[in-house]
Amino acid sequence: MSYVAQRLLTFPLILLGVSILVFVAIRLVPGDAITAMLGTEAGLLTPAQREALSVYFGIDQPIWAQYLRWLTGLFQGDLGISSIYGKPVFTVILERFPLTLQLSLMSMVIALSVGVPLGVLAASRNERPSDLVVRVLAMLGQSTPNFVVGILIIYVLSVFFGFVPAMGTFTPLFVDPLASIGQLIFPAITLGFAFAASVTRISRSAMLDVLSDDYVRTARSKGATPMSVIWHHALPNALIPVVTLSGVEFGYLLGGAVIVEQIFALPGLGRLVLDAITQRDYALVQGTVLFIAFNFLVVNLLVDLTYVALDPRIRIGRR
Amino acid sequence: MGKLFSSLFRHPSGRIGLVIIGLYLLAAILGTLGLTPHDPLKLFAIDRLKAPSETYWFGTDLLGRDAFSRLMVGIRQSMLIAFASVAIATVAGTIIGLLSAWWGGIWDGIFMRVMDVLLAFPAILLALLIIAIVGPGTMTSVAAIAIVYTPIFARVVRGPALSLKQRDFVDAARTFGSSQGYVLTRHLLLNLVAPLAVQVTLALAWALLTEAGLSFLGLGTQPPTPSLGLMLAESRNLMTHAPWLMIFPAVTIMLGILGFNLTGDALRDILDPRTQRREA
Repeated sequence: MSYVAQRLLTFPLILLGVSILVFVAIRLVPGDAITAMLGTEAGLLTPAQREALSVYFGIDQPIWAQYLRWLTGLFQGDLGISSIYGKPVFTVILERFPLTLQLSLMSMVIALSVGVPLGVLAASRNERPSDLVVRVLAMLGQSTPNFVVGILIIYVLSVFFGFVPAMGTFTPLFVDPLASIGQLIFPAITLGFAFAASVTRISRSAMLDVLSDDYVRTARSKGATPMSVIWHHALPNALIPVVTLSGVEFGYLLGGAVIVEQIFALPGLGRLVLDAITQRDYALVQGTVLFIAFNFLVVNLLVDLTYVALDPRIRIGRR
Repeated sequence: MGKLFSSLFRHPSGRIGLVIIGLYLLAAILGTLGLTPHDPLKLFAIDRLKAPSETYWFGTDLLGRDAFSRLMVGIRQSMLIAFASVAIATVAGTIIGLLSAWWGGIWDGIFMRVMDVLLAFPAILLALLIIAIVGPGTMTSVAAIAIVYTPIFARVVRGPALSLKQRDFVDAARTFGSSQGYVLTRHLLLNLVAPLAVQVTLALAWALLTEAGLSFLGLGTQPPTPSLGLMLAESRNLMTHAPWLMIFPAVTIMLGILGFNLTGDALRDILDPRTQRREA
């Protein structure tokens, strides 16, 4: 079986596993579901009302019947009702998703535009001072958690520039593009920091690999300038691992940057998950976690397929 | 082992990494023995928000607690959670990966698809889901981080184990009548020590990061036990008045992660000659 076919076949299987895991996990929470849904108000219910509610939500059914009911709902885009917002879970998710998507894209643009040139620079000056400086910076960048970066950015801005980044608000991109990008620029830098460090490291090592290849030596000996060798001959091939890394990292970011959204008080997907968990809104936890895992799987699948397209050797079935 | 240690020490980044890890272990041990400059939980009411001085090396917090002593105990807490969770993940992942490769067929399929399901969640999300079910606390953090990293170890072990299984010396051992358990531990596991060592060191860096992140969100170590993430989170509202409360925990978290990352990279260089001088 070819690699692509195998990936496409296991995809729905893994998705099914993810849905079972999320469904079962939420039911492991101690206490009954009615109390979880209504909080302290559940104490006011009469036994008859309680009974009626469990019939209404289908909790009186055996667990597999509940799962099947939930699964059929999923296919109709019905993820249940959020108890915090009193709205369908899917609607709440779609309200929060644009911010997370824009934030992820902005961080990726920052990471690639900083990381690739630095990586290429370091590789072309292998073992010279500028290479060492870049390597030390990349190592430091990779070891700094994004919440440390975020807090330091807020500190530097407020103490040295007397500027407090806008928090808690978000203007959609199509309403006011400049304001929208401005609101997300510092969170995007925060997220892009460690991402840029990884891109730098991987583009440096990929570049070093390619620069020792025969075809690069050929290009050099036929008299191509060093600049042209690096940018036209070597870089396109060195970018393959960079594409893979960025794709996977982008998939992570789409899951919502829980901590960074918390620091900058941004109403994105990550904050939504955190609020759902701390306020015990289980329909919302279930829905958002599933949504994020789905995105993550789709992005990873796309990355793998792109990789196959870029490197035909894999099609024959590695792994 | 001694040889590996000395070549690690000769590697420039390995040396820095080992020194950092050594200092952190020392701080953790002293913190466990209660050998901190002050009691980390004691409130020095008249000395609230004092800047770093001879008495309070890293200053005091809003409640008048000594920041340096709290950092030492915080390091112990982080190291404890990181080592415990990575140890569990290493053992569980290695067993799953080895058996998956050894038995093959349907078992390999089942084990690896289960691991794929776990890998379908971004790490922090899976940890949050587990915390949502069990409730926050030290043991939950250990369990959450262990579950997140088990599939990674299973994959790291399964690949090389599959190719080792085909090698002649394994066939020879089985022909001689060695028991399955002996072949698995003696011939497969021993040859997997190198990739595992690198992965363990890098996983420790990630575990430190995840633990600090969870505590930062208030979902990891619970107060009054000091933790690095929580100290940093608490410093936010005071950062203009008492920047030392932010700087020291921030640097402590970063240096710890750096120490394990440097050591992991050095280990990879030493154990895998192909990548020598390649990775930054």
